[in-house]
Amino acid sequence: MIFKTPVLPMIVGSVLTVAAVTASAAEQIKIVGSSTVYPFSSSVAEEFGATTKNPTPIVESTGSGGGMKLFCKGGDANTPDITNASRRMKTKEFKMCAENGVTDITEAVIGFDGIAIAQNKNNAPLKVTKKQLLLAVAEEVPAKDGSGLIRNQYKNWNQIDSSLPDREIIIYGPPTSSGTRDAFEDMIMKGQTKKMDVYTSLYKADKVKNKAYKKYHKIRQDGVYVPSGENDNLIVQKLDKNPAAIGIFGYSFLMENDDKVSAATVEGVLPTPDTISSGAYPISRSLFFYVKNSHRASVPAIDQYVELFMNENMIGPDGLLSELGLIALPEARRAAIRAGVMQHKKLTLDDLTKK
Amino acid sequence: MTQQTGTEHNPFYDASLTKRHLRAQAFKLFTLTSIVFAISFLVFFLGDMVYKGLPAFQQSYIKIDVAYNEKSLASTRKAIDKKYRRIVSRSWLRGIPREVENNPALMNTTQTRWVLLNHQVDQYLKGHYYKVKAKNIKLVDAMQADGLVELKFNEIFFTHGDSKIPENSGFKSAVVGSILTLTVMMVVAFPLGVMTAVYLEEFADDNRWTQLIEVNINNLAAIPSILFGLLGLAVFISLFGMPRSSPLVGGLTLALMTLPVIIVSSRAALRSVPDSIRQAGYGLGLTKIQVVQDHVLPLAFPGIMTGSIIGLAHAMGETAPLIIIGMIAFIPDTPTSIFEAATVMPAQLFTWAGMPERAYIERTAAGIMLLISVLIAFNTLAIYLRKKFEVKW
Repeated sequence: MIFKTPVLPMIVGSVLTVAAVTASAAEQIKIVGSSTVYPFSSSVAEEFGATTKNPTPIVESTGSGGGMKLFCKGGDANTPDITNASRRMKTKEFKMCAENGVTDITEAVIGFDGIAIAQNKNNAPLKVTKKQLLLAVAEEVPAKDGSGLIRNQYKNWNQIDSSLPDREIIIYGPPTSSGTRDAFEDMIMKGQTKKMDVYTSLYKADKVKNKAYKKYHKIRQDGVYVPSGENDNLIVQKLDKNPAAIGIFGYSFLMENDDKVSAATVEGVLPTPDTISSGAYPISRSLFFYVKNSHRASVPAIDQYVELFMNENMIGPDGLLSELGLIALPEARRAAIRAGVMQHKKLTLDDLTKK
Repeated sequence: MTQQTGTEHNPFYDASLTKRHLRAQAFKLFTLTSIVFAISFLVFFLGDMVYKGLPAFQQSYIKIDVAYNEKSLASTRKAIDKKYRRIVSRSWLRGIPREVENNPALMNTTQTRWVLLNHQVDQYLKGHYYKVKAKNIKLVDAMQADGLVELKFNEIFFTHGDSKIPENSGFKSAVVGSILTLTVMMVVAFPLGVMTAVYLEEFADDNRWTQLIEVNINNLAAIPSILFGLLGLAVFISLFGMPRSSPLVGGLTLALMTLPVIIVSSRAALRSVPDSIRQAGYGLGLTKIQVVQDHVLPLAFPGIMTGSIIGLAHAMGETAPLIIIGMIAFIPDTPTSIFEAATVMPAQLFTWAGMPERAYIERTAAGIMLLISVLIAFNTLAIYLRKKFEVKW
């Protein structure tokens, strides 16, 4: 093997050419955000690419918080045009956006997602209340004699309440980065602890030091609650292998795996499209996406994509996304939100702070 | 040395011999068990993948009438008889307007076509868990008895990109994305790595600075790959403004990761070229660059290639740094340049593994089979090159 030609200079030359090229981003819609909204968003994206002449939008699953960070980074073309979220934008995030010059944002609500408390299908049906769930997962719980807070000692479900089975408590749930975890903490933990004197009295006693007890939402870390990554399939597999375990994940994964797992009733209600849409099932949340309006001029396809997404064929009760587990909003609310989105209604800080 | 006279008369007989032989036997058995253990793991893994993945190379179709007219163009569901609407793939129907556009003669005709079935029916026909209504199962069974339902070779898997409709999803955009990313990586990492090795091995003095560089290169090889992703995000995307999710950024990031591997293996290859070659060159009056370029480097090349191919195979299976730079995303369109968004093979597998639909399980396994085949092919090539061009000194 003898080099006849000056190979080395040629190789070096080609490296320099590649390195010297500066790139221009194509006019392709870039979407980031929640892993829960990802399947819905990418389905719409695919439909958009297949039925129009536009390139298929890129959908990245970064988690709600990660998406907001990228979205609010600035207004240049390399930042995402749309971010998905499985919870509402936080005021902190809105302010971060504003600081970086992203001020014209439109908010769209696409529907509900139920959070299922599921177990192995071969088990007897499980009935839990929100209170029992709180006692199972919180790091500190009220002592039985009502004397204050103690470290969570519950190891078996029947220690919490005699109506529950004699089964080891082991819960596979989402990690802190997940929107599902935020929603679970909001609805199961904060919703209750902010009304329980045993927690709030501590906060009132010392508002600075005991700030955490205002809306207590600390999950125990003694191995009973196992954070299981953003991959809900993994939790389903764990439940399949371990009959004692309980899993917390999105309703769509429950639907798709109903041969392996079944849902527990929460406050006596099973998660179904009807109970979630009507609000009878207590743990459900709204799903959102946010549009950066300053990009609409340079990426004209954004308007068409948003229109397709908000179409009745997508987010309606018989729409495409309902097959994937999205629960439609009530009709009137759907119409109102659609109208707002179509007019590119500008999101304000007031919108986010009022309930 | 013979034992024919009986052990007690043998002057070489050692009483502990039997015991020592036993221990040697036990040790041999122990090492053998280890390798059997390792091989059985591998066989189990590969067997499981092949078992799960093979069905993905077939896809079920149904032979039915498709009407091409105004009505079916407006609402593609209406192109087929009502009773088939629940079992036929939405992605196939979605393509009807485009089909008519490409072939206007189809308009106002009714054609008997093999139409793609949806993934639930497909899973039923393959004997997996399915969710199809009893009446549709009956329909499919009856049509299968008439030979109107068939499992055909799954072309879609090789000609389509990712899709949210399992029966419409394929591996092509990921394969092309991998090729583009790895090309960028090799174009950058190979010359840089080899040149660094040549400098350190042939030109540099052995002083504190070169020793420091050496230590750092070795350390670099042991850095967790996710850190290179963070570096790629900070430098290539944020600082240089290169497009996110593009093979350009992916390739550059992987190049940083592979550089140490190439440098270390190239140095080893250069070191194995005996000094007599260099001295003979100098003796004939060659300059240093002539010696390196015409004699040392060509002789070291098989070794350099082996190291580089192994580095390439390593980079091919890498996902962690690519998460950070946005290559793990829903990107169904096949990229045509290194500036467009692309995904790579392992990233595609990662995406599929997280999907709720069951039909993705077989696709994930089939993708793993493809990826492993390519890796084995690369490693075989590396061994072949080494055997063919290796010079024994």
